[in-house]
Amino acid sequence: MARAAILGRLAPVRWQLGDVVELVEETPRVKTIALDLPDWLGHRAGQHVDVRLTAEDGYQAQRSYSIASAPENDRLAITVERLDDGEVSPYLAEELVVGDKLELRGPIGGYFAWDADDGGPLLLVGGGSGVVPLMSMLRHRAARRSQVSARLLYSARSLDDVIYRQELERLATDNLEVLYTLTRAQPPGWTGYARRVDKDMLEEVAFGGDHGIAFVCGPTRFVEAVADGLLAVGYAPERVKTERFGPTGG
Amino acid sequence: MSYVSRGFRGRRREEGPSDRIPPGQYLVDDFPVLSAGPTPRTPLDQWDFSITGAVAEPKRWTWDEFRALPSETITKDIHCVTKWSKLGTEWEGVSVDTLFEDVETSAEYVTQFSDGGYTTNVPLEDILDGKAWVAFGYGGEPLDPEHGGPARMLVPHLYFWKSAKWVRGLRLMDDDEPGFWETLGYHNYGDPWREQRYWGD
Amino acid sequence: MEEEDLKLDGNAAAGVLRELFSFELTTARGRCDNCGAIAEIGAVMVYSNAPGVVLRCPQCQNVLMRVAADGGRYWLDVRGITWLEIHA
Repeated sequence: MARAAILGRLAPVRWQLGDVVELVEETPRVKTIALDLPDWLGHRAGQHVDVRLTAEDGYQAQRSYSIASAPENDRLAITVERLDDGEVSPYLAEELVVGDKLELRGPIGGYFAWDADDGGPLLLVGGGSGVVPLMSMLRHRAARRSQVSARLLYSARSLDDVIYRQELERLATDNLEVLYTLTRAQPPGWTGYARRVDKDMLEEVAFGGDHGIAFVCGPTRFVEAVADGLLAVGYAPERVKTERFGPTGG
Repeated sequence: MSYVSRGFRGRRREEGPSDRIPPGQYLVDDFPVLSAGPTPRTPLDQWDFSITGAVAEPKRWTWDEFRALPSETITKDIHCVTKWSKLGTEWEGVSVDTLFEDVETSAEYVTQFSDGGYTTNVPLEDILDGKAWVAFGYGGEPLDPEHGGPARMLVPHLYFWKSAKWVRGLRLMDDDEPGFWETLGYHNYGDPWREQRYWGD
Repeated sequence: MEEEDLKLDGNAAAGVLRELFSFELTTARGRCDNCGAIAEIGAVMVYSNAPGVVLRCPQCQNVLMRVAADGGRYWLDVRGITWLEIHA
């Protein structure tokens, strides 16, 4: 699959129409939408797409969603969390059916992207649906059989809210460690983290030495707290890449 | 036109009296927060409001002095250039006419200036004669910082970007000076009824 | 909703910047004309809940760049950036 160039001239990003070919309920509030996009030119793990919905009277709403699939995957997939007061996410997570079309453009955002060739070690810290672009990175890493050391610290309310849980279990090997912190409810016998990500936790989870690169994604406040924590642990600012979702999530 | 997404309605866009909704606008029932930067948080004991620039004598009020001025409750329709309109919004504020009672000026233009650096320009006659207020209350409560509190301008006959949030004063100008959005292609005057969104409109 | 929630990363401006530029702007480096700080555009602060997209210096909040759009018409102001270093 063609690798979208980040350095150098880029193909113009046009609105394209994709067919919804599969819907997967990841959790009760989170759905993955897989699309067939004939004009798709490829992407880098971590990039996003803009999705645009148009009502009959011409009213439009547009939102950005991180690409969940790896560049190596056959189909483009996005994972959407339904926000109670959302305008676009309830439509995507509940109304959309296989056979519908979705208008989107991308890939967008070369800053928050990782290729296996970029090396590591790789620290990924995700809050809630902030795990989506990080999952794209882990799927890409697996597809490339990369040996880059990687660690995912995933903050979720409870185990039921963890997206991609079974796949993460499969991907976790010697060189990839997946750690959860469950902030609201933990299963009986839980020995993992059970609190908001803080500097102490990041200190335990961060790679030693020169630390490598970190990607942090999630709600704005989560990202700020984690980014501050990583700087306090000793990460250089240029090695910490952030993607804030803002108040309306992804 | 783009592909119409099956079954998509979007935020409830109410039908409303067409004589109160300018062209190209739709009604909202929430109060969207728009921002071009961090929310300023000036403590009230450091806040003041000034009338400066091309005036015989500049004027200044501390927060207490400002709140001691006669104020009123005003109900107005507001229209944002990003296309949402809100009818019947209730504000509490000091009329600009009150602030201008002892102001002598031959200037024709005003620049509203705010904490955080935002500015917007209006002709002086567009904020006098009952057309504008410095508002400190909204919906019966003190104005929220995210909506411009402690005080913002209220100039409802123009697009709402002409009502500066976090306002700290009015500078009288002999020459019109385009403000923050006016220097990015937005219309210099901004009449929603003539749909004056951008500079050529 | 807190105001801090409205602050996004440079990546949030990537979409509109892609409409304007044929190269990837979020990995370009810029120098803040106000305080001299240098950062990748992807790392600056973006406020996009507004009549335009505003990019601000993470060190001093100076407005680096602004973009407004009306259909196929754009207005671009880059006065807050001394220079942009682009790999094209």
